[in-house]
Amino acid sequence: MTSTEQASTTRPMIEFRDVTKTYDGGQPAVDSLTMDIERGKITVFVGPSGCGKTTSLRMINRMVEPTSGRILLDGQDVAEQKAAELRRSMGYVMQSSGLMPHRTVLDNIATVPRLNGVARSTARARAKELLDVVGLAPELGRRYPGQLSGGQQQRVGVARALAADPPVLLMDEPFSAVDPVVRAELQSELIRLQRDLAKTIVFVTHDIDEATILGDRVAVFAVGGRLAQFADPEEILRAPVDDFVAGFVGRDRGFRHLSFQEGEDVTIHPIETIETGRLADPSVTVNSPWTLLVDAEGRPHGWVPEATRESVTSQADAVPGGSLYTRGDSLRRALDASLSSPSGLGVTVDDDGRVVGVVRAAEVFELIEAGRLDRGRANYNTAV
Amino acid sequence: MDYSSSNLFVQMGEWLSDPENWSGSRGIPMRIAEHLGYVGLTMLLALAIAVPLGLYVGHTGKGRVLIVSGVGILRALPTLGMVFLFALLFSRGVLPAVWALVLLAVPPVLSGIYAGVSSVNRTVVDAARSMGLTEWQILTRVELPNGLQVMLGGVRAGVLQVVATATVVAYAKADGLGVFLVEGTQINDNGRLFGGAVVIAAVAIAVDGVMALLQRFAISPGLRTTRPVARSQQESGRQEAVASAQGGTT
Repeated sequence: MTSTEQASTTRPMIEFRDVTKTYDGGQPAVDSLTMDIERGKITVFVGPSGCGKTTSLRMINRMVEPTSGRILLDGQDVAEQKAAELRRSMGYVMQSSGLMPHRTVLDNIATVPRLNGVARSTARARAKELLDVVGLAPELGRRYPGQLSGGQQQRVGVARALAADPPVLLMDEPFSAVDPVVRAELQSELIRLQRDLAKTIVFVTHDIDEATILGDRVAVFAVGGRLAQFADPEEILRAPVDDFVAGFVGRDRGFRHLSFQEGEDVTIHPIETIETGRLADPSVTVNSPWTLLVDAEGRPHGWVPEATRESVTSQADAVPGGSLYTRGDSLRRALDASLSSPSGLGVTVDDDGRVVGVVRAAEVFELIEAGRLDRGRANYNTAV
Repeated sequence: MDYSSSNLFVQMGEWLSDPENWSGSRGIPMRIAEHLGYVGLTMLLALAIAVPLGLYVGHTGKGRVLIVSGVGILRALPTLGMVFLFALLFSRGVLPAVWALVLLAVPPVLSGIYAGVSSVNRTVVDAARSMGLTEWQILTRVELPNGLQVMLGGVRAGVLQVVATATVVAYAKADGLGVFLVEGTQINDNGRLFGGAVVIAAVAIAVDGVMALLQRFAISPGLRTTRPVARSQQESGRQEAVASAQGGTT
């Protein structure tokens, strides 16, 4: 029937209908939550501790049963499905990987396919492919979880969740236990994966930054299990609906919002460079207050100030640089690169990490102001 | 038996080296076989009682208080006293002795199984449930293999106690290694008494060695690998549970 086919492709993947969860006699952990979670998109639940975001997530796969209300998965009430089968139809990734320590990485990944009756060899072959998908070397498959780093364990956790190719992924603060560098790496990997897989992902985090980076839609929960705002991340940062959301989004929201402004137009100025190999030769002088130190491939390695040129004879003596701005990235990155640089010049690199020039904070600000004017005009026009 | 000296150790050595004591239905090998037979029977009964109970309580968390206090009471029972009590109450023969030994073996096995299930990282169990394992699958595929180290520790402690205590069977029927002790006391034969004690000790050590090997091979390599990566908190928590369980069962 065409009508039902249409219904199943256009209706939200997950629907919360007036869902409340109250633990014995206490305040509601989730208070009459009604929301639609779109198919093929990343929806992030974000909020402070005790706001019911994890409870809401765990009600989707019935790890927590709602006190009242209904949750529909693809139009069907989850309460009417067998809990174990329902859970197998969704991938689940948690904060600590939750891998089974007695099984190898491959067997861990193969868990759900094996439960679904897939032959061991088939399940393992699929697990091997998934190792590659999440960016892990195939030989790690024979190891045990205890032999992996935290970041590797989280990748295995993601691979395991993907093993049965479920349409829905539930991710409960999956990257909060790893260090910031690995977290950023895992976040960009998830975005890359999602581009290919287009799963319906529900992602819980307490980190508004992570929420705005990953989310196609962001649901901000307030203490007491109230859904305070549910919108695009750009809108959450630009136009928080109330004091709670504004406060939660935080002091830096103006800065974070720059993540959504493209840096295509920012002017890249040339910069004088000196190669690391030529530092030891005192006859090589520098002619500008700050000269950028680069290696043979043109990658930046810090700054050489003109005033102290004589004392800089090796890479170790150079003044460490700030963050790098990859050409075309957001205004936030451009601004951060220039602000964090000791010279005030934001080092700009191409996709291969080679220096192409520098950006200046003042010019980034000009672009921000220009963008604000444009938006003001657009708002005025739509209002009229 | 005539000894060449009144020295206890010389007598013991002579008794142990007398070939006559190593053959026939009253010889040491036969007695060891009988002894191990009783140990095996006792452990079968004790495991049949303690394993399902320990797994149930460990997995569901129901009846935990009952288990802890029950184990405490059982531990306080004097085994020899129970042999005589059962003999008076029920029947003659070896069965009263075997049941008394079962009462001795159940506490360490039960607390070992229970502690084994409890020692499994709750996060792992939660993850398993979230992935869609049924409760039975969680018990058999997650809690059992991961708690096996602690569980076998409890079983091992139980076996050791039963090997040492199965001598009480000799009071009910002239069987097992206890015979040497009973006879040695009755006829004032110190060589036999202490030689018998040495054989019991040797059997206990050998059985414990076999159990240790079994424990080693039954455990997944993933649970005994040295960790090159920083240990997580759950890991050290698990090892504390292991330590306390083993401390509690020996």
